[in-house]
Amino acid sequence: MIVARGLVKRFGSFTAVDGIDVEVRPGEAFGFLGPNGAGKSSTMRMIGCVSPPSGGTLRILGMDPRREGPAIRARLGVCPQLDNLDQELTVRENLTTYARFFGISRAVARARALELLEFVQLGERADSKVEPLSGGMKRRLTIARALVNEPDLVLLDEPTTGLDPQARHLVWERLFRLKQQGVTLVLTTHYMDEAEQLCDRLVVMDGGRIAAEGSPRALIERYSTREVVELRFQAESQEEYAGKLTGVAERIEVLPDRILLYVTDGDGALAEVHRRALAPASSLVRRSSLEDVFLHLTGRTLVD
Amino acid sequence: MVTALALPRLLRLPAAGRRAVSVTERNVVALKSSYWVVLISGFFEPVLYLLSIGVGVGKLVGDLTLPGGVVVTYAAFVAPAMLASSAMTGALAETTFNFFGKMKYLKLYEGFIATPVRPFELALGELAWAMVRGSVYSAAFLVVMVAMDLTTAPRALLAFPAAVLVGFAFGGLGMALSTFMRSWQDFDLMGSAQFALFLFSGTFVPPDGYPVAIRWLVEASPLYQAVVLIRGITLGSPGWSQVGATVYLLAATVLGLVVAGRRMTKLLCK
Ligand SMILES: Nc1ncnc2c1ncn2[C@@H]1O[C@H](COP(=O)(O)OP(=O)(O)OP(=O)(O)O)[C@@H](O)[C@H]1O
Ligand SMILES: [Mg+2]
Repeated sequence: MIVARGLVKRFGSFTAVDGIDVEVRPGEAFGFLGPNGAGKSSTMRMIGCVSPPSGGTLRILGMDPRREGPAIRARLGVCPQLDNLDQELTVRENLTTYARFFGISRAVARARALELLEFVQLGERADSKVEPLSGGMKRRLTIARALVNEPDLVLLDEPTTGLDPQARHLVWERLFRLKQQGVTLVLTTHYMDEAEQLCDRLVVMDGGRIAAEGSPRALIERYSTREVVELRFQAESQEEYAGKLTGVAERIEVLPDRILLYVTDGDGALAEVHRRALAPASSLVRRSSLEDVFLHLTGRTLVD
Repeated sequence: MVTALALPRLLRLPAAGRRAVSVTERNVVALKSSYWVVLISGFFEPVLYLLSIGVGVGKLVGDLTLPGGVVVTYAAFVAPAMLASSAMTGALAETTFNFFGKMKYLKLYEGFIATPVRPFELALGELAWAMVRGSVYSAAFLVVMVAMDLTTAPRALLAFPAAVLVGFAFGGLGMALSTFMRSWQDFDLMGSAQFALFLFSGTFVPPDGYPVAIRWLVEASPLYQAVVLIRGITLGSPGWSQVGATVYLLAATVLGLVVAGRRMTKLLCK
């Protein structure tokens, strides 16, 4: 579906994407994970054939984006990071006029608009203007718009950022259904749970490069431990407690507000902490997640 | 899709045209009741000029003898220039203010180019839309001219496509200019330039009286060429100057579109 080799994007002298290799296979859900400015959107725009690569090779659906942009875009569905819906049109018209850009007949466009509005639960707002819709509704409309040409490959740049939990779960459920229909999904996200839920494979990007690649499970296994103990100490700095924790865990991360212990047996480690009479104000044992992978790889937390 | 792959060259042009039309179509869908107010004001402006200056000032000026020896009333002299400038105004309004707003503030086109529509096709579709608006003005104004006996019906029929061409030329140029605009302030400059064109392009006074250098400047202006074309049709017998003006306006249209297409690619496909 997508093959990128040494893909580079420069803006002037600034390199936003610094030679990445990516391969996305038909039918899979592929994720780009990374902090602000990692180069996720820049990569997505190159894949969407609206931003010419500055270097490397890129092939999408077996075609060359430089020469066959329109033919590729005809088979893509794109949900950009920022909604760019048509404010002068109604919800329904946003879908029908967009369909016309793909050369879809008016009758088919109308039918599909109806179907998609049901799909994203906006049926009741069909004839409302776009402007008064809530952020989550606009997002869902943008996703519906991306599906109007029945694409083979859907690009979603932070599809659920800014959605409340309920709306997010709705979107996840819809994306999952698409995947079951055999649509290939490529998405970017800041949310670890989203990546774990939706992605078969993902890459962690940082500073325009790929820091790690694999399935969520494999990444967690490789870069983290089975369990994590989170400790909060009532103190000016968590740092002073870190020294007293040596040997308790395979690895210790000290964050401004808490300490993370990477261990195989969380309860055992917590017992050891108490045995050392280090009374944390609060503690939590949880399973390790992509968040931990990210922290390990970049030394930073994802959500600023 | 299979045929599109098998016959890419054959299908490229019709597909591009179809996509341009779909952009025009979007504007038709977006047309809402409030827009008619804008349309109507655009129609009245040249009519008011025609009445106040063409007829009013015409009383003081009396009749004019054209270079060919034909004697015409001042109103009949001014009317084709008003037609040309209203075609200009209509096309510019759509391709400058509205176009700039859609591009810069509504971020509308960023959504469009994620589809098979290419920036050049987008420019073409927007220009075609601007022409719909310009043509409505022109047709209405020609009806007024015939009703006031400032030209004949057959000449008016011939002048209509000429006015559409004028709209295309200004629409193309306006769109190209808009892609260089940084903010709304830049449009004030353009407005002043447009007004200067309106006053001095042989609209109210034949440019024969100007000093040579200024005359050349005037004759190089697109509105002057537009006036020559339309005045030749509504008053005199069209000749080589009208052919020259037609070529000039066609070239301006193509130039405007190509520049606009290039610039939009640069601005949108970063
Ligand atoms: N058009 C542009 N001109 C100049 N620099 C740009 C442009 N677009 C992006 N950049 C820069 O490229 C870098 C990567 O940006 P990009 O939008 O790809 O990041 P991202 O991973 O999507 O981040 P976020 O999570 O904030 O969306 C940033 O430093 C950004 O400032
Ligand atoms: Mg981004």
